[in-house]
Amino acid sequence: MKKIVRTAARLLYPFAFIYGAYIVLHGHLTPGGGFQGGAVIATGFALMLAAHGPGELSGIFKRAALNICEVAGLLIFVLAGFGGLTHGRAFLFNWLANAGGLFGHSVAHGPNPGDLNTGGLVPLLNIAVGLEVLGALSLIIYYMMTFANHIEEGGPDDAA
Amino acid sequence: MLLDLPFVAVGLIAVIGLGAMIAKKNLIKVILGLGLLEGAVNLFLVAVGYRQDGIAPIFTNAPEGVMVMPTVQALTLTAIVIGVATLALLLTMAMAIHRHYKTLNVERIVKLKG
Amino acid sequence: MRALISLAIFLLMAGSFLHVALSDELSFGNPSRTEMDDYFIANGQRQTGANNIVAAVLFDYRGIDTLGEASVLFVAVLGVGLVIRRAMAPGSEGDGERGESP
Repeated sequence: MKKIVRTAARLLYPFAFIYGAYIVLHGHLTPGGGFQGGAVIATGFALMLAAHGPGELSGIFKRAALNICEVAGLLIFVLAGFGGLTHGRAFLFNWLANAGGLFGHSVAHGPNPGDLNTGGLVPLLNIAVGLEVLGALSLIIYYMMTFANHIEEGGPDDAA
Repeated sequence: MLLDLPFVAVGLIAVIGLGAMIAKKNLIKVILGLGLLEGAVNLFLVAVGYRQDGIAPIFTNAPEGVMVMPTVQALTLTAIVIGVATLALLLTMAMAIHRHYKTLNVERIVKLKG
Repeated sequence: MRALISLAIFLLMAGSFLHVALSDELSFGNPSRTEMDDYFIANGQRQTGANNIVAAVLFDYRGIDTLGEASVLFVAVLGVGLVIRRAMAPGSEGDGERGESP
């Protein structure tokens, strides 16, 4: 029974990751964005955690990898905000919008099919917040499962 | 009055959550009451910004119509995430309290000494 | 006596919640002050370049609120890790009889 659950989880988690990454990347064109996409990716992590248990995962599911993911998200947010200060304007000023570089196309007012290359700082901040939310929610589930297993086994000083 | 059904629902859910926080003795039920109260506030925020026969404030392949207000939806997103963070911390502390006191009855977790 | 006081406070707060719902101050479908949102809908696409006005408000016009929310989530995970590390340390399992001083 454990073999069936583990094989099915290992086959299904890439689809959750791809769906969540689509929601994060198209956050400036369709409903969604960083927080929603990060929560969907965290359900992929929760699937693997529930199938394998918190002590037996390796690779991209280790606790150190999730830690790096979460910290990198917040750091990218703050550093992208400082880019506005170097251009002589305020913190978190949209210095990439209508500028012609990365994410720099202009958009006229009114309905349009949607261009992925627009938005300025908004897609960058979407990616940063998506990384942080997936790391944070997966770490919460990880910590609570470890604690629950520790309580169930009685802890190291059960005889006291 | 029947047209303002969302606001009546907000009031009812808030009152039920408040009653659960005041009257229940189990710690998990008190935390569930707080979750109900946060859900009522988020529903109120989204219901305030609705315009009659409105569409979503997104311009990608948008149909005809007036758009609903987008600011309150941004506020609700922030409130939902903060609610998740608060509930995670509260439930972790409830697990630690249960491990230490072997009970979740709020009338018996009052022995703070030292 | 304590139950009577708590019941009185509960009735006061429940009355204030339901009074706003049942009175005529708020009307569903006609928000009262819409100047800021009309400005966002009319100029958001040209100034930020994003089609999703909610994302433009969240990350461009109100970006500092989003920074605060990201840090709240970060600190919550920090708090969960610290509480669990303290609760899993050897010698912290209580017997439930009297309170333990830390």
